Amino acid sequence: MNKIKRAMGIIWILLGPVAIFFLIQTALAEIAKKPVIDTKIQWGVFIVVFIPIAIGLMIFGYYALMGEYDHLPENSAELED
Amino acid sequence: MQSNNETKGIWKVIGASSVGTLIEWYDFYIFGSLATVIASQFFPKTNPTAALLSTLATFAAGFIVRPFGALVFGRLGDLIGRKHTFLLTLIIMGGSTFAIGLVPGYDSIGFAAPIIVLALRLLQGLALGGEYGGAATYVAEHSPAHKRGYYTSWIQTTATLGLFVSLGVILITRHSLDADAVKSVAKFNEWGWRIPFLVSIILVIVSIYIRLKMNESPLFAKLKAEGKTSVNPLKESFAHKGNLKMVLIALFGATMGQGVVWYTGQFYAQSFIENVCKVDFDQSRTILIWAILFGTPFFVVFGTLSDKIGRKWIMLAGMLLAIVSYNTLFGTLLNTADVKNKTEITAQKNISITLSAVTNTGDSLRKTVTKSFYTDGMVMTETKTDTVYADATKTISKPAVKINKLINSSDYWTMVWIVFIMIVYVTMVYGPIAAFLVEMFPTKIRYTSMSLPYHIGNGVFGGLTPFIATLLTTIYTDNKLVGLQYPIIIAALCLVIGTLYVSNKIDENVND
Repeated sequence: MNKIKRAMGIIWILLGPVAIFFLIQTALAEIAKKPVIDTKIQWGVFIVVFIPIAIGLMIFGYYALMGEYDHLPENSAELED
Repeated sequence: MQSNNETKGIWKVIGASSVGTLIEWYDFYIFGSLATVIASQFFPKTNPTAALLSTLATFAAGFIVRPFGALVFGRLGDLIGRKHTFLLTLIIMGGSTFAIGLVPGYDSIGFAAPIIVLALRLLQGLALGGEYGGAATYVAEHSPAHKRGYYTSWIQTTATLGLFVSLGVILITRHSLDADAVKSVAKFNEWGWRIPFLVSIILVIVSIYIRLKMNESPLFAKLKAEGKTSVNPLKESFAHKGNLKMVLIALFGATMGQGVVWYTGQFYAQSFIENVCKVDFDQSRTILIWAILFGTPFFVVFGTLSDKIGRKWIMLAGMLLAIVSYNTLFGTLLNTADVKNKTEITAQKNISITLSAVTNTGDSLRKTVTKSFYTDGMVMTETKTDTVYADATKTISKPAVKINKLINSSDYWTMVWIVFIMIVYVTMVYGPIAAFLVEMFPTKIRYTSMSLPYHIGNGVFGGLTPFIATLLTTIYTDNKLVGLQYPIIIAALCLVIGTLYVSNKIDENVND
């Protein structure tokens, strides 16, 4: 199971930049299609909000790849670095 | 006897927390439910700056300010305590809601009106971001370990009940301002919309009074007495790898999928029934009201079950069911209201055309109302509006078409049961989540750590569901169910991550 967890980490790492690329590409296409202020704000908000989340997914993938999730903490002491 | 001691006063705790949280959700929803009326009062489309503020009010409050509120109030809750923090969020939410009901319209004070409303809406989003984490933490920290899922599930009912109450208050107010139904709706759109906002203050005052009498969470009080509270909850939550990895797992393995299932069942379903199936305004809302009424007890059912079999598999089962059945459920909604499946009584077809002059132009506004009757009792009204120009060389513009279907009782209840099934999925993913999140994080940074993944999952992933789903239907116009791809993909991703990485173990000890 731990091997699968680690291997899937690569997928999560790759999914981050793919999501960012797809988001920006769609945003530019939609703004070009309808260049009004509403569209710009909507897609601007989507980009501002989703890019940090995509980065979070990459960090999650990195932790998974490094085996950080092989064992989940069972008490608060284990959460300390 | 021991059990009695353990749960002594817990219902008071749940009552105080739930009522306040329910009111906060009510306050937040009435703005969304009355968006069209509010837009006409404060954000006239003819003025681009006002329209811009309107878009900001919609997007910023839900998607940016809510997670920000989670950080601000989460930090405060871990520094000064749960009780005073969620008291503060209640005051901010209640005060800003009441104030929206008092703001003069754009016609009276011009640009000040939309700016004030935007500011108040942002305050609402901020307060909502801080409320839930406090209420869930407060109840969980009072609950015995073996009943944490059961007791916190009462907090989980509040978001749905808040929507229920807001829909109910709006519908009742809309129809009780005049004996004549049309006049009543007109009065509501003119000034009656303020009533649901103003009524909120009474509920808030009662809730503040109840919460003031409550004690601080025993676990937080103990930490404080021992001087063990966090000095910097934000840093400890998100800059320490040990805790950050749990925040990420909470987001990507639970709240992300939970958020989209919740918003699809409770919001997109209603929007789909009204805007895609073209079912009548009141009917589309009462369908949701019934479904919520029948579905709400299941929050407690699944919360209780999670104490016995763990939180993980119940939440993931809810996501799986949503993934495999959404297309069928929404397809059935579409077919139920589709006139292609019905027989028209052509002899009863009624067409009326009215012309009204457009001021100073000589042009006329033509309204063509076609009423079609069907053998199963459904009545469809199609209203086409176009301009007939005085200048005969001008081409008549493409008419604006509005369709309104008044469905029969059988179809109505079919839709109620379909939405009910979706609400049951909501209760599966949402019922156990408070206990799940509380058990993931230590007491000293619990409020901060659980609030952020919750509000990103619900505010961002969930809150965007109606927008992205609708957006997809405008890009791929051939497929009316294409909007479901968004919640299905997000829930599927969350299901895989949750299955692999989330633990099903119930943490007996949340005192650490």
